[in-house]
Amino acid sequence: MLDTLIQGLLLGGLYALFALGLSLMFGVMRLTNTAQGDFIVLAGFAVIAAVPWLAHSTIGAALAMLPVAFAAGYALQRWVLNGTLGRDPLPSLVVTFGLSIVIQNALLEVFSADPRSLDSGGFSTRSLQLGATLAVGALPLAIFALALAITASLQALFDRTALGRAFRAVSDDREIAELMGLDARKVYALATGIAFVVIALGGALQAMRTTVAPSDGPLLLLFAFEAVIIGGMGSFWGTFAGAMVLGLAQQIGFRLDPGWGIWVGHLVFLAVLVLRPQGLLPRTRG
Amino acid sequence: MTMGVQIVRSTRTSRVALVVGLLATAGAATMPAWAESSWMREFVEIACYFVFALMWNLLAGYGGMVSIGQQAFFGLGGYGMLMLGNLAGVNPFVAIPIAALGGALIALPVSWVAFRLQGGYFAIGTWVIAEVFRLSFANMSSVGGGSGTSLIALRGIERAVRESLTFWIALAGVVLAIAGVYLFLRSKLGLALLAIRDSEVAAESQGVDVRRIKLWVYLAAAFGAAFAGALYFVGNLRISPDAAFSVNWTAFAIFMVVIGGIGRIEGPIVGALIFWALNKAFSDYGSWYLMGLGLIAIVVTIFFKQGLWGWLQQRWGWSLFPTTRWLVPTSAAHSTHEVPHAQHR
Repeated sequence: MLDTLIQGLLLGGLYALFALGLSLMFGVMRLTNTAQGDFIVLAGFAVIAAVPWLAHSTIGAALAMLPVAFAAGYALQRWVLNGTLGRDPLPSLVVTFGLSIVIQNALLEVFSADPRSLDSGGFSTRSLQLGATLAVGALPLAIFALALAITASLQALFDRTALGRAFRAVSDDREIAELMGLDARKVYALATGIAFVVIALGGALQAMRTTVAPSDGPLLLLFAFEAVIIGGMGSFWGTFAGAMVLGLAQQIGFRLDPGWGIWVGHLVFLAVLVLRPQGLLPRTRG
Repeated sequence: MTMGVQIVRSTRTSRVALVVGLLATAGAATMPAWAESSWMREFVEIACYFVFALMWNLLAGYGGMVSIGQQAFFGLGGYGMLMLGNLAGVNPFVAIPIAALGGALIALPVSWVAFRLQGGYFAIGTWVIAEVFRLSFANMSSVGGGSGTSLIALRGIERAVRESLTFWIALAGVVLAIAGVYLFLRSKLGLALLAIRDSEVAAESQGVDVRRIKLWVYLAAAFGAAFAGALYFVGNLRISPDAAFSVNWTAFAIFMVVIGGIGRIEGPIVGALIFWALNKAFSDYGSWYLMGLGLIAIVVTIFFKQGLWGWLQQRWGWSLFPTTRWLVPTSAAHSTHEVPHAQHR
């Protein structure tokens, strides 16, 4: 039982990395990135493809991907997604949904439908012995620690830095923020750039921990979304907590019956939506 | 004649369209007598796509509820029909409308959950709900679990009879769906819905019950989607959870509506024709074809927000299904001039 709980929390760590980008983009510009999962998968494949070029170093390839992801996110927001923002959610939804279909099929064309994984040099099979009967995988533990660190950093960035103040300002009232001299389009682009760095990390770690396949994107989007809603909009710690709840729910479900794990996760999400629609740790500003 | 103005609700184009539409329907109804069965199968398939897209347009384009989860009701319609036929012994053709009604009934409790989300989160929330239905049916052994099952209830019905009946139901479905949406939009409720689309707050302040009207639109869209699903799997004879609850149904509906022009009845009609033509010409290219559809949807959304029909309407003022009310001075009301189109979309 304890084993299931720990596995659930560790799985939640990965989900937190999937969800933080979605939470950030929605928080700053009310943009729902329906291609979130596909970008995660795309990042996983990009790292896999980059490994042979970077002296076969997985860590090197993953780190090299981060600035690329930032630039890609910045450019996408600045020159494509900014044009779709507005009161009507439809344009941004259609454009990101279209991107999702384009990415899935491009990956299918380039990498085939087979699941691929990233070689972590034996790291993924190493484990830490905790007591006589309990062992924890080293990679899941590292992912969990990283998720914790990134959640704390994003929250600190939002609460304490000038950039974070700009994020909060354009989120609260774009027009007033612009009157105060902020260029909302650039602030939005920076937010998406940062979100894409977290997405790239999530993709690389997903490929390291299990596999990535071109058709995985939508499911990862749903997990990320569920974590955000369970946690409550407006705070990164909320998203982190939501990811923990989702990871636990799925792991307990898998333990009961392997066919029902994801289904149990969905049901917990729907239950939270009905019983506590504001989420676990809401701090939303309208 | 004390008022001096008259409300005009049709144009010369729309009257011509009505006559042409009725003649085309009457002509199409004779197809089983002379057409090849492959044509009729193709018509049934595109009719399902079209009715589904029309309902998505009602939901997103008029109701402002952008859903990526309408495949939930498509699949429920398909499975409802199949279970009525296979397990309860109901004639599958009779089961189609019952399954459609069942879809609308299930949409009621679903709305209690889905309506807690708005905007983009409503879109993904409805997708999660569709996934819950898919996984539930994948674990239900009485309908074949994950690998699905065949519609054995149609055994014993002669093939020609089956194909003709399926075709006529599809034709009737298309005509009734267009007429239903059109008459609804022209009614008092439809006017309220258009007001909600333009400004929810303003509509509410004028006494429009926003929540109730949105709920009715959601239920109606679920009914239509479930009808399309039930009909599709009568024509297909085989169902599986992955096919029935595939997000592609909604993806194609979004494509058709966006290309044709969202928030107008002509949009899905034009979109379905374009989709059918693209599908015929390029579907052999597989993933390149789908990539192309995705790119077209992106480009149209960014650069041609009104879609193809919106562009034509702006260019020439065409309107086959006008829902606008024009106030015209009585002296001019009987003139044969085309009424200028209203500025709102």
